Amino acid sequence: MEIDKREIRFNDETMALVQKIIKRYPEGRHKSALIPVLHIAQAEFGGWLSAPTMDYVASILNIQPIEVYEVASFYSMFNLQPVGHCLIEVCRTSSCWLMGAEDVVRHIEKKLNIKNGETTKDGQFTLKTVECLGSCGTAPMMQVGHEYHENLTLEKVDQLLDQWKAEGKRSRYC
Amino acid sequence: MGKKLLLEHIDVPGINTLSVYRSKGGYNALEKALKQMTPDQIVEEVKTSGLRGRGGAGFPTGMKWSFLAKPEGVPRYLVCNADESEPGTFKDRYLMEHIPHLLIEGMITASYALGARTSYIYIRGEYFYVAQILEKAIEEAYESGLLGKNIFNSGFDHDCYVQVGAGAYICGEETALLESLEGKRGNPRIKPPFPAIAGLYGCPTVVNNVETIAAVVPIVNHGGAHYASIGIGRSTGTKLISASGHIKKPGVYEIEMGITVEDFIYSDEYCGGIIGDRKLKAVVAGGSSVPILPADLILKLANGEPRLMSYESLADGGFATGTMLGSGGFIVMDESTSIVKNLYTFTRFYHHESCGQCSPCREGTGWMEKILHKILDGNGTMSDIDLLWDIQSKIEGKTICPLGDAAAWPVAAAIRHFRGEFEEFVRSGKSIKDVKHYYRLNGLAEPAH
Repeated sequence: MEIDKREIRFNDETMALVQKIIKRYPEGRHKSALIPVLHIAQAEFGGWLSAPTMDYVASILNIQPIEVYEVASFYSMFNLQPVGHCLIEVCRTSSCWLMGAEDVVRHIEKKLNIKNGETTKDGQFTLKTVECLGSCGTAPMMQVGHEYHENLTLEKVDQLLDQWKAEGKRSRYC
Repeated sequence: MGKKLLLEHIDVPGINTLSVYRSKGGYNALEKALKQMTPDQIVEEVKTSGLRGRGGAGFPTGMKWSFLAKPEGVPRYLVCNADESEPGTFKDRYLMEHIPHLLIEGMITASYALGARTSYIYIRGEYFYVAQILEKAIEEAYESGLLGKNIFNSGFDHDCYVQVGAGAYICGEETALLESLEGKRGNPRIKPPFPAIAGLYGCPTVVNNVETIAAVVPIVNHGGAHYASIGIGRSTGTKLISASGHIKKPGVYEIEMGITVEDFIYSDEYCGGIIGDRKLKAVVAGGSSVPILPADLILKLANGEPRLMSYESLADGGFATGTMLGSGGFIVMDESTSIVKNLYTFTRFYHHESCGQCSPCREGTGWMEKILHKILDGNGTMSDIDLLWDIQSKIEGKTICPLGDAAAWPVAAAIRHFRGEFEEFVRSGKSIKDVKHYYRLNGLAEPAH
């Protein structure tokens, strides 16, 4: 795992949000906030969860670090390694495959000069294939942060990639 | 046009806002329930309606509700399963995105019926933007006094929260969902006890799918008998079908149960036929878990009668010649489709999504993926096909949760109905790169052009 030497701490605004989330659950059940808070931590601290980030979340929720690690490693949306600023996730399951998802993946690989699972040298883009994202009627599709890009064609992919390169796109879930 | 109970107003501009939703009769069901009905009366109406769980299992909702334990002084919960992850299914996303208040109204109404002071909508993490739409709708509902204390001056208090997941198909299984909501790994629980006795935080809990909860609104509005008058036999009411694959008009359709499968695939009201007017090869009718059927069997029953879009008709013939309605994820494949390759995408999916708790599923799904990979690479043998059959038969029924069955059934059905295609693949010694669809496994093989 990468060594993370950054200072990991939520600002006051984020902390207020975290406290609001914790209040959604009955007293003593604050562990329920773990997944929502991990999402926030991942978004705040560079799109991935380092060990210090997970330890910090454990300290906020007053639970053991292992309780955070075991959850973070279970769910596919949590990245335990650094990813590019813009994480491109292309659906590869049946309906998307039927409609040409493999062509989309191949095209992005060629265009960004990386293989699936890799990050561009400048750290801008990471390409990943993922399982069904519930966009089967608008296949093929890719997700970038909370944005769904659907009914993809290779032209549309070109256009999006050019635009994202130009604007230094950052993918974020929250 | 068939009758619409859920999506009747979906095209009204601004229906995602509270004011427009209310102008179309929104929250009338909640008002009626709180002012004119007792909780038990609502449960009775839901029983009368014949509504069955729309997430895939098809269990009668009223019966599920009546199992809820009601010990004194113990809170009860309603949890909405919005984890929609079954490949081929996107109806809940559509409903929540376009008409979020229908779900919120259903949540409050159902919670009143169940005596739940608090409810949670557990939505898959990838639907983050949909979660934001729900949050906005909930905020509007609080501002208008439809959530919070003393709703419609009835004395009923209710809070509803959205909880996002983080990418795990298994969390669509209700006990895995509850584990996840408690901040843990999504490992399904051993049952019994069922959630109705010990669910969220060990308290009595009902977990229902988005569409199921939304259907409570028309049931309260028009009565259970009216709902039961729609549809056919024990498949009452309407069903949202997510149609995808090689069809001219993919999308979400609300159908009256009982229309023919042929009508659904070919009529302009629904899928509009196959792209390029090519021949239909196969259909997965209820999400990736249900058995795939070849064209002749999906269109007609074994006795030659037309097959209908209903729980019973789709299941007619058992797994020998039938399938299941499941979640209503309707995936259509034309004559160019490689059934072997499609099965590979399913099996890879189940391997990826197995929680790892039970050995038959954890190991078996991986084995099946590897064997299919080997066959697709042109290195398969005839005995590999039998081995696949053997493995799936040793997963089915041998796991804590139904993910094992869901992984086994597609393999069994593909071999049962398309064995010749597997054999042809093995016999020819060709890899999928050499046949019509090129094949590539993430970074391991070069694509053929």
